[in-house]
Amino acid sequence: MAAHLSYGRVNLNILREAARKELREFLDKCAGSKAIVWDEYLTGPFGLIAQYSLLKEHEVEKMFTLKSGRLPPADVKNIIFFVRPRLELMDIIAENILSEDKMQTPREFNILFVPRRSMLCEQRLKEQGVLGAFTNIDEYILDLIPYDGDLLSMESESAFRECYLENDQTSLYHTAKGLMTLQALYGTIPQIFGKGECARHVANMMLRMKREFAGSQTQILPVFDTLLLLDRNVDLLTPLATQLTYEGLIDEIYGITNGYVKLPPEKFAQKKQGEGGKDLPTEPKKLQLNSAEELYAEIRDKNFNAVGAALSKKAKIISAAFEERHNAKTVGEIKQFVSQLPHMQAARTSLANHTSIAELIKDITTSEAFFDNLTVEQEFMTGVDTDKVNTYIEDCIAQKDPLLKILRLVCMQSVCNNGLKQKVLDFYKREILQTYGYEHLLTLNNLEKVGLLKPQITTRNNYPTIRKTLKLWMEDANEQNPNDISYVYSGYAPLSVRLTQLLARPGWRSIEEVLKMLPGPHFEERQQLPPGLHKKRQQGENRTTLVFFLGGVTYAEIAALRFLSQMEDSGTEYIIATTKLINGTSWIKSLMDRPDQQI
Amino acid sequence: MNRGKTDEDEYWNSSKFRAFTFDDEEDISKLKESKKAVNSIRSLVDDDEDDDVEKVSWSGEPIGSISWSVKETASSIRSTGEARDQSFPKIDTAPSLPKQGSGYSLSSLFKGKSRIGGFPSFSESISETSTRVYAPELRRPKAEYKDYISEWNPEETVRRMQRGKAYSLERFRSLQDKLLLLDEAVSAHDGNVITAVLIYLKRSLSKEILFRELAEREVALSHYVHYLKEMGEQRLLVELLKSLGRTEDMALMQYKEHLNIKDENRRRDFLKSCLSLPFSPDDSNHVQDHYTLLERQIIIEENDKRANTDIFKKYPRKASILNMPIITTLYYSCFYHYGESEGTYSSPANIRKTFKISEKQYILTALGARAKLKSWFDVDSLFNSKNWLGYTKKRSPIGFHRVVDILHKNSAPVQVLQEYLCLVDDTELKISLAQKYKCHDVIINTYKDLKDRQQLIVYRGKVERGSPEDRLIEELLNNSVRRTGM
Repeated sequence: MAAHLSYGRVNLNILREAARKELREFLDKCAGSKAIVWDEYLTGPFGLIAQYSLLKEHEVEKMFTLKSGRLPPADVKNIIFFVRPRLELMDIIAENILSEDKMQTPREFNILFVPRRSMLCEQRLKEQGVLGAFTNIDEYILDLIPYDGDLLSMESESAFRECYLENDQTSLYHTAKGLMTLQALYGTIPQIFGKGECARHVANMMLRMKREFAGSQTQILPVFDTLLLLDRNVDLLTPLATQLTYEGLIDEIYGITNGYVKLPPEKFAQKKQGEGGKDLPTEPKKLQLNSAEELYAEIRDKNFNAVGAALSKKAKIISAAFEERHNAKTVGEIKQFVSQLPHMQAARTSLANHTSIAELIKDITTSEAFFDNLTVEQEFMTGVDTDKVNTYIEDCIAQKDPLLKILRLVCMQSVCNNGLKQKVLDFYKREILQTYGYEHLLTLNNLEKVGLLKPQITTRNNYPTIRKTLKLWMEDANEQNPNDISYVYSGYAPLSVRLTQLLARPGWRSIEEVLKMLPGPHFEERQQLPPGLHKKRQQGENRTTLVFFLGGVTYAEIAALRFLSQMEDSGTEYIIATTKLINGTSWIKSLMDRPDQQI
Repeated sequence: MNRGKTDEDEYWNSSKFRAFTFDDEEDISKLKESKKAVNSIRSLVDDDEDDDVEKVSWSGEPIGSISWSVKETASSIRSTGEARDQSFPKIDTAPSLPKQGSGYSLSSLFKGKSRIGGFPSFSESISETSTRVYAPELRRPKAEYKDYISEWNPEETVRRMQRGKAYSLERFRSLQDKLLLLDEAVSAHDGNVITAVLIYLKRSLSKEILFRELAEREVALSHYVHYLKEMGEQRLLVELLKSLGRTEDMALMQYKEHLNIKDENRRRDFLKSCLSLPFSPDDSNHVQDHYTLLERQIIIEENDKRANTDIFKKYPRKASILNMPIITTLYYSCFYHYGESEGTYSSPANIRKTFKISEKQYILTALGARAKLKSWFDVDSLFNSKNWLGYTKKRSPIGFHRVVDILHKNSAPVQVLQEYLCLVDDTELKISLAQKYKCHDVIINTYKDLKDRQQLIVYRGKVERGSPEDRLIEELLNNSVRRTGM
């Protein structure tokens, strides 16, 4: 089921297995038959860890979605609530328990908090008078969920908001905990680098936790050579730009959640002969996206402009493979052909799906609106007219384009200009409030607090210096056969990934000046390894670096890091971890008050 | 910024920017090619055999995945349980607890008479559930062996809290001890523990002292603010921020409350009470506008609900105007209340003046509304301006190409479109728009003015033979030879 997790440089299946083991242990604690009541949000992340079959093996007979009122009848010994530690969920659980039918044989109640118990929640249950009803109250530490062979995410939606807006560092504590778990499984990481306030906190916590665990050193040969902790606010620009890789565009346009995407069904209708009048499906088509699918692994990180060619090449290969059947003459040959059929059919389905998705995306990327938007983004990123009111943004507001699109652009202009002139900022604010409603005052204030939108304090704009020194804009980005990470944004090289690249070679000492212009401290720490665990590196053996994005990472950044891993002479392979997979829209949304009211 | 397509192409080709476009022809053909291949393969193999490779339900969820199974196992139950559902007795024995922001406070609940025993201490709550089992830790720390030491220092206590072990905060009695405990919790960065300590401090310290100490502890303060928000202790929160001098934050937080008020009159009154809050000067103006807007909307809504003038009969209102943004309100006003005197609240002129709407925004909005009603006369007068000699001249703050776009969107007749097309300054833009909207006369006349015989001949190929356009071009071509020597 999860073979793709073990293909990579680091076998992330070990992490998944550890998580499964813990889940089994908890289930066995509640002896006898059981029903699970799910906080619906959790089913996605849990799906990446376990299938229903695993639960069934441990006597899980029924599963329900958590909702208020009475629990559905189920003849089981145990009821287990799988929930996030949220107060409103506690109220629902209390209601469930209090409305149990007293006439029936009593069922045992258990709670499994994911990813962490919360005293506040337990207190709430006590207030409701149901805390005593629980046989087991436990936590399931699901900090880092393996998403792919080289990708881990905590899927903590509000991490950025909590860290940078609400100054709540709990998610950093979870990050540190997750990294300790990782080190317990994959060995101590000898070198830690970091940039940013949050990075500093996480490193401090890790070192502190390590001291507390002293004496119980892991006797595992380290798998990771280096850990790089990066604050999202060191690079506020990258997520604002429209991602131009295949996977990035799928996420920008349709949104990928827990490795799944929902697509408009029309293009996926199976057209069979003689069934012309059949109704088109109305439910969205849901597809799983990960590297287990050969074709997807091949094209996901390509610039979208190179996807058409790749698909067509694949089509030829598959057609040729099917043609082989004419050449199969002997029984042996026919047998061989037949044995390959399932694989070929899977490849065909995969090709059909991605051809359809590519068509859907192409309709959008070739539209005038997409083009105009991208033009303005590129102007901002190259520093053109960032100090004036932009007429395109003004026009978009006048046309009542989605507010999130407007905010993304205005924030981008602000970031690229190191703050907007007061007059310009006031203009945008007034236009936005008048057109979208005064209550968005709250959102604008939030954006100012996290630094995405700000008045220019000094007239000195250091963005051009940063851009030039780090070569963030490449004139000759090659979309088809890339030679630099800038291909992921058709010209713009993501700052975060450039920092990662420069750390590996030639080292950050060469960019001290620029590092000082970016927010937060940069640092290096070393963790002592137990004697005998020092890795003896083979000649030409690559180093393995874990890059942790605190506050979120985009698919385009992931693509850029994968590109670096694959570069012949890079000498480093990257594993990526983050608090949340984001794109500009989901990110800005997390900073809004009342995003649900959005148009 | 609003360039015509041809313009854009030239811009891209001549500038250092790269446009993100497909190499159109080639790429489309590639996609087509792979699609064709896919389709041709499809016919080769019977689709029914798919089952061997793909175990996916239509929704795409792999069969056997958790979310799939939740639906499956639940639906088998629901089908039998549904009938009974309705007969379930309504439960009101359960004390309904306030959700966020309802105004109830945690402390008021604990102090409530129906509650026995007052605030539970953490040691109590822990001992009650001491039968719990905890998740196994990956590695047992040294600290484990100190479990039975009776006096726990702050460090030890925090560690125990983090591990979910029994602990007691009651032994931290002096202010100094309490603060040491708080600082220790903060340095562990575990929000869960910090909050637990803060709840203890909230209960055992006077407000003034707690506020004073929090003022020097930024992280603890943030957690406390978050906790109060979560518990809906709005009043205490406001008090806290005020005492810290974070008046702007306090004002915004107060203002945010209006979102929870559904009744428009109460919401208006609440916004009015916000006016005296210490916002930044800018925000203060915006909040004032917000209040004024809702006040006006309530008046307009009250009148228009019963209105039965022609315009309301012909175009019945689809929704109420309450809580709509000001630009939407202006559009509404331009639609239903155009031409009313500035004295009435519902008149466009009054709204424009009260909310200091820029000329550009006003023209755009009014144009949209009047064009929607096909009041071309009103549209016309929007752009008329008299010079000092009394001649009228067309003038627009938004560029006539946009006027044309908006008119076209509202399906204005060609005559109207042409009038505004002619006012577009940029010749190339004018021609490209005219081509887009099929305003032949404009194109022909522009070429005529440019004395561009070649283009005229080319364009003739694009119009229908024998049509008025065709004849016009022919006439021009013939005339021009004689008169202008074009």
